[in-house]
This record gives sequence, structure tokens and C-alpha cells, in this order.
Amino acid sequence: MTIFVPGDRVRVRNDWPEAGPVRVHIRTPHYLRGREGIVERQLGSFPNPEELAFGKSGLPARMLYQVRFVRAGLWPGTGDGSADTVVADLYEHWLEPAEERHG
Amino acid sequence: MSQSPPRATHDLGGVEPLASRPIDRTEHELTQFDKNVDAMMYLLSHPSRRIIRVDELRRAIESLPPHEYMRLSYYEKWLRAIHDLLLEKGVLDRAAVENKLAELRLQMSDEAKA
Repeated sequence: MTIFVPGDRVRVRNDWPEAGPVRVHIRTPHYLRGREGIVERQLGSFPNPEELAFGKSGLPARMLYQVRFVRAGLWPGTGDGSADTVVADLYEHWLEPAEERHG
Repeated sequence: MSQSPPRATHDLGGVEPLASRPIDRTEHELTQFDKNVDAMMYLLSHPSRRIIRVDELRRAIESLPPHEYMRLSYYEKWLRAIHDLLLEKGVLDRAAVENKLAELRLQMSDEAKA
């Protein structure tokens, strides 16, 4: 799994486990799926709460990151050009590298 | 997004309009009920027992049917979740819980009549 450092551009996986037949416990807000943000900091490694929630060990521990997103456009009524940002705590298995933007 | 995502009940960010309400920021005293439920969870999650982990409690709360999730108080949600988890784990037996509830209801209605 890629280790990200502050300043890295990442994308939240556009996965919807809630829609599947298996019971799940998801700590990643729906409005961030598929969105790009910038890694703010590493918060450390912790047992995966999505597995702890079903009585499993949650091991191996997963890196937890703080990721900053531009708020504008995240949800209806926020496409207002505001400079506000949203910071979310997200586990490594929800993040993938975002492609470099050129031009 | 053209259609609503399959989000969980508690995942409310940006959801309009029914699910979102202004936050009540007034302070309030904990009731005896609140304290009892908190104590119960403390004992169930204590490292010497670890019958329920906080992540499991959270999962059970967030799995409540939407109408209950929106209606119940904070500690009522905890109690419902503790109940559901103890049944799921086989610590409590559903029939035994229902028998006890029926017994208590009868007792309460007798007390109301007296």
C-alpha cells in the first residue's frame, strides 16, 4: 500500500460497499468518495475500525491520514467559490494516488 | 450526483433536507437512565471482559432502522445497540428478553392501577 506524505494529492476510492449484499461498517463519508484532496498529515497506524466493528482484530494496523478537500462542490449548495476546506480522517485503504495534472 | 448514493443513515454530510436539522447546543443534565446505560457499556467494554467494543457499538447504532435512528435519544440509541449486540453475540436470549419485558410491563400496569 502506498505511503503518502503531507502535500501528496490523493483520491478517495469511489467504492460503495454499503450497496452490496454484505453488512459493512464504513468510516469514509459518502460525499468524499471519488474526490481528490491533499494529504495534511499522517495520524499514525491503528487497527481497522471497519473490521473491529465486527469483532475482528482489525490487524494489520492501517495508516490514518488527515486529508484536506476544497469544500466548494462537495455537496449541493456549496459550489459558491468559497475558499473553505473540509478535513477528514481517512484510512489508507480508502486512498489512491491522484494523477498528476498538467497544464 | 444525479441519484442519491447508497449512504448509511448516519452519513448525513450534505444531505437535504429532512435528515439535517440545526444542532441543539444547549447543555443538559444527564438523566439516571443516561448514566445507567453509560455504566453498562463501560462494564461490557472493560478490557477484563471486552464483550462489546466501541467500534461494534458504533456499528450497531448506525445500523438502526432510519426512523429509530432519527427518533431515539443519544443513550436510547446506545441501549438499543447494546441490546442488539448482546443478542447477536448470544449473551442474551431473545425469548428471555421478551419474557422479562412482558413481566415488567405487567408489573408497571399493576402499579399504575394500584
